[in-house]
Amino acid sequence: MEKIPMRDGYGKALLKLIEADKRVIAMDADVAKSTRTVWVREQYPENFIDMGIAEQDMAGTAAGLALGGMIPFATTYCVFLAGRAWDQIRTTICYNNLNVKLAGAHAGISVGADGATHQSLEDVALMRVLPNMTVVVPCDAVETEKATMAIAETEGPCFIRFGREAVPVVTDADTPFILGKANVLREGNDVTLFANGAMVYEGLQAAEQLKKEGIDLMVVNLHTVKPLDTDTVMRAASHTGRVITAEEHQIAGGMGSAVAEYLAENCPVPVKRIGIKDSFGESGKPEELMEKYGLTAADICAAARALCK
Amino acid sequence: MKSKNVQIHELAEICRTVRSDIIHMIYKAGSGHPGGSLSSVELLVGLYFGNVIRIDPARPDWDERDRFILSKGHVAPVLYSVLARKGFYDVSELETLRKLGSILQGHPHMAHTPGLDCSGGSLGQGLSVADGLAIAFRMRQKDSRVYCLLGDGELQEGQVWEAVMTAAQHKLDNLCAIVDYNHVQLDGSVESIKDLGDLGQKWKDFGWNVIEINGHDIEEVLRAYKEAEAYKGRPTVIVAETVKGKGVSFMENDCSWHGNVPSEEQYTQALKEIEEGEVR
Repeated sequence: MEKIPMRDGYGKALLKLIEADKRVIAMDADVAKSTRTVWVREQYPENFIDMGIAEQDMAGTAAGLALGGMIPFATTYCVFLAGRAWDQIRTTICYNNLNVKLAGAHAGISVGADGATHQSLEDVALMRVLPNMTVVVPCDAVETEKATMAIAETEGPCFIRFGREAVPVVTDADTPFILGKANVLREGNDVTLFANGAMVYEGLQAAEQLKKEGIDLMVVNLHTVKPLDTDTVMRAASHTGRVITAEEHQIAGGMGSAVAEYLAENCPVPVKRIGIKDSFGESGKPEELMEKYGLTAADICAAARALCK
Repeated sequence: MKSKNVQIHELAEICRTVRSDIIHMIYKAGSGHPGGSLSSVELLVGLYFGNVIRIDPARPDWDERDRFILSKGHVAPVLYSVLARKGFYDVSELETLRKLGSILQGHPHMAHTPGLDCSGGSLGQGLSVADGLAIAFRMRQKDSRVYCLLGDGELQEGQVWEAVMTAAQHKLDNLCAIVDYNHVQLDGSVESIKDLGDLGQKWKDFGWNVIEINGHDIEEVLRAYKEAEAYKGRPTVIVAETVKGKGVSFMENDCSWHGNVPSEEQYTQALKEIEEGEVR
């Protein structure tokens, strides 16, 4: 399977958006090469602003651009965007319900060697609690492009996060993408897996293995964490009666929490959450870290087996 | 729209009215921030009534308007009074400040109040917003200008200086920042807590055009706004030397009046002092 970094999809989408609408502005905080906003700088320099190493100012300036009729995409490493600029995002962007798009690159533990300072594992939680905010976690480069296009068409604050590494492309041009509508990638009868980001591929791998063991895993790509597609969550959970969530994020506060909160109130079934378990990451190769921190197909298989005992 | 031929003594009378409104609103609300509201009166009256900012109270969302960002959001009472007296909403709304269902939130929120261009209250954020607006206007080739009022204590927030650099980098001459330099913050004097040093020089060093004035002299205030508008190539900051609590003797230069409510007796005395105060 072809592997492409999701940020390539983000950069491609920005170019398409700007070609069609000159109100779209790519902003970056000195990491334009990494986030691919450099492509905008090269092709549409008038539509690119490098804010320097000043994430809080970038969030505020994005708010001003939106108030002035532009459509800013404030982009930087996820940990510095969602964490450092949180109050600006809360009080200036979300409270005013401004049309600002926030893109967090290098999200998750798979950023690898840079270590814990740069591994954003809390951002979905931080963004999800904000009123007016939409939160999207695409699963591959193709979906990242679609998701970026989709948030541009959605009025109001939107947050998208994606990883650094080249990851398998599990969707294609024909795969539907509707913001707020989960994608059932594989139907199943025994256990439902809700996954997003790079964990979607792991989930599909796990389904193949579990099939051999007689466990039928439903795989749902829950790319939009907020607003949560409660219809699909309800349908899938009530059908299988067992749920696993998997994300490259703390198990507290992220997509798994969103699913567990909804199910606890509306359809209480056994749930196992896969993610980072209340710890910081560390340096290492992406695949080593995914394995050490329990974010692989094998971990999903183990959770499914435990639920089916 | 800009009104013409404003007389200085008329502006002074408006300042008197706004000061009375501030005391009245905060007394009625039972909480609020009189000190910094009173120190900013001439700066805002000059801006809104002195033929400076391009606005139309009948069309608060008019796209061609200038923008005002209140970065020191806690002085909402002075802005609320000015907007009411300007005709954005009825003066009777001032009675509802900070009450459930009011259009006048404790700190500004644009969705609640006609005439507001942004929210404010978490200090240090307004100048970044003003920068973004100024950049957007330039990108869209609009001649709208952006004004942003900051407190001096607020300058302790690091984001302000990020935004100061952004404005200089982009040569935002359609932007005018105003610092209400009243030397007092909640816990004490600015100098005793985190001194700003030579404030005008700091802004100059960051690449801004700096105008230093007496922020209670309405003629100086008007002259500074005109000068800022005429200045090209760099953003302008008006560093306005002011007195916290200006116009009410027992509130002046006293940090305990940063966010405090007058008793009935103090309320009466404050209104009397404002009524009898010197008008040029």
